[in-house]
Amino acid sequence: MMSSTETTTIEPKRFLRSFDLGDLWRHRELLFFMIWRDVKIRYKQAAFGIAWAILQPVVTTIIFTLIFSSLARFDTADVPYPLFALSGVMVWLFVHTSITMASNSFVTNTNLVTKVYFPRLILPLAATFAALSDLILSVVIVVLMMFYFGVAVTPQLLLAPLFLILAIGLAASLGTLFSALNVRFRDVKFALPFVLQVWMIASPIFYPPSLLSEKWRLVYAINPMVGILEGVRASLFGTAIDWQVVGVSGISIVVITVISLFVFKSMEDDFADIV
Amino acid sequence: MKVLSVKDLSKLYYLGERLPNSLRDTIAGVFSSRRSTKDELWALKDVSFELSDGETLGIVGSNGAGKSTLLKVLSRITKPTSGRAEISGRVGSLLEVGTGFHNELSGRENIYLNGAILGMKRAEIQKKFDEIVDFSEIERFLDTPLKHYSSGMYMRLAFSVAAHLDPEILIVDEVLAVGDVGFQKKCLSKMRDIGESGRTILFVSHDMRAVARLCSRVVWLDKGKVRGDGQSDSVIAEYLHEQTNISSVWKADESNPTGNDHAKLISARVIGEDRQSIQSLDIRKSVGIEMTYEVRGDKVITPNIHFFDESGTCILVSHDWYGVWKDKARPAGTYRSIVWVPGNFFSEGRITVAVAASTYEPMEVHFVVWDALSFYVTDSIDGDSARGDYTGQFPGVVRPILDWETTSD
Repeated sequence: MMSSTETTTIEPKRFLRSFDLGDLWRHRELLFFMIWRDVKIRYKQAAFGIAWAILQPVVTTIIFTLIFSSLARFDTADVPYPLFALSGVMVWLFVHTSITMASNSFVTNTNLVTKVYFPRLILPLAATFAALSDLILSVVIVVLMMFYFGVAVTPQLLLAPLFLILAIGLAASLGTLFSALNVRFRDVKFALPFVLQVWMIASPIFYPPSLLSEKWRLVYAINPMVGILEGVRASLFGTAIDWQVVGVSGISIVVITVISLFVFKSMEDDFADIV
Repeated sequence: MKVLSVKDLSKLYYLGERLPNSLRDTIAGVFSSRRSTKDELWALKDVSFELSDGETLGIVGSNGAGKSTLLKVLSRITKPTSGRAEISGRVGSLLEVGTGFHNELSGRENIYLNGAILGMKRAEIQKKFDEIVDFSEIERFLDTPLKHYSSGMYMRLAFSVAAHLDPEILIVDEVLAVGDVGFQKKCLSKMRDIGESGRTILFVSHDMRAVARLCSRVVWLDKGKVRGDGQSDSVIAEYLHEQTNISSVWKADESNPTGNDHAKLISARVIGEDRQSIQSLDIRKSVGIEMTYEVRGDKVITPNIHFFDESGTCILVSHDWYGVWKDKARPAGTYRSIVWVPGNFFSEGRITVAVAASTYEPMEVHFVVWDALSFYVTDSIDGDSARGDYTGQFPGVVRPILDWETTSD
């Protein structure tokens, strides 16, 4: 009668417990269902549905273009400014949306956390992946604009998945970090929008990184958005890639990921008791 | 085969300002002294028990006894502070029905989502989908968003998914307490089916009758500790006796006699067919109430016993009208009277007994102890009591087996 020999051991939490990837893998279907739910609800609840996902980057880009084409003329090499800005805005909006959504994932799913078991990491991860749906829509607009401006696709486009993975990794790590902190500290709700705003201004979204002097180039790349944007633009528009910048940002992302997972793992066992 | 073993499981909570809620408090906390032990609450303390394959275990206890914490720890929602538990087999945990239901999604979508949250595989949900829909009786509204459902429909859908969870070990909190009566019955019998198919069930409920009916064994938790562990009827009876402070044996306080100059009650107890004290009664067996009392011998003394059910309704009053001492004063001395109530008479649940002695012409009550005794009636599901094979809620103050005459015209 007992077909499975699945054994569950319940023990007190141990600091620095090994990271149970197997458990996450066993729950992969739940992760897909949660992503599917988040995407579905995201577009169902809003009257304009997916229109928002398109409107937001487009309007932001138009404003940037209007302001910066008259006030300050940035040197964006051969890339038309609207295209340059939109490519930055779309990546930024993905990172921004997924971190914001992920940071609320436990607070808005209290009943899930207190009534069922599942690897807690699923919730912030689902929020991050759900935000990808917006990114896909933005990519469509970028492609249309590339046709309009006559920007040709180069073989460098094959590098795009690498930078997409870096962006997802960054968004997922920080989303995870803030989701855990948000359970414990209500300050996160107030601090996060501010932090994100500062981060946006500090990232080369509507201005080129060449605005900074050469000697600060690698220091600037500690901001992981610098490397990601550099890579995304290079793979889309075929411009030269500064691998040193990408490398520094890559290391920065790895460090952020390790810290985030560490914080998350040390806090997750208490979620059900304090959320 | 052992499917669950719990060893010295403990869970500590901090009361009041349990955990710092903001960054500032945390930083401040580093510099202040550690929290005092006064704020500690052991929701569970050294709880140990084992459960075998196919057993149905009920967990009872008053509010705050640690029942929910135990279920949460065993469901892996929260970690124990110390101790350990081992479970072999697939665990299905139902601390709430409809967990993760979303109002914007349709019934169909919610079945998939909720199934996945409860731990079902996609393929499994697909296979059982029609069964779930059938059980829930909401087929027509399958593609309607949940927000347009009535609360009854919502509960039915939620329970239907849960009922098809099909785990080897099922952990259930008091989820049956909701929903309409008809559907509750359906759920209870579904749970019994699960139990009978050899799966192990851990069940927490405040409804002692449901626990007695479903579970063969009961663990009684009190302030986080195991107070009793054994056959369900005896543990439930013990638990209820403590809850109400009424036991199945009553003894007079010698310094403060109960009664007047004409008659005094010495003791009273609930006895079974073998004349031994009992706390719980199989509905099919007869039960006796024995009272021992002293009379002075100057009046006609009529002993009488009153039975009450849980709601306080008086089920019946019985007088010793027709005995040897009918209409005449008995000689001074100590007497023992027993009234026998036949089996298949009381309904299931707790019965409270009042013991009294009176003289009727003129009316004079010599003693009456209202909440003197209590015992617990359990209705088995063996099929030979008045409930037959029916397992749901069974109304009625008494539960006799009556003769039916059926002819065809």
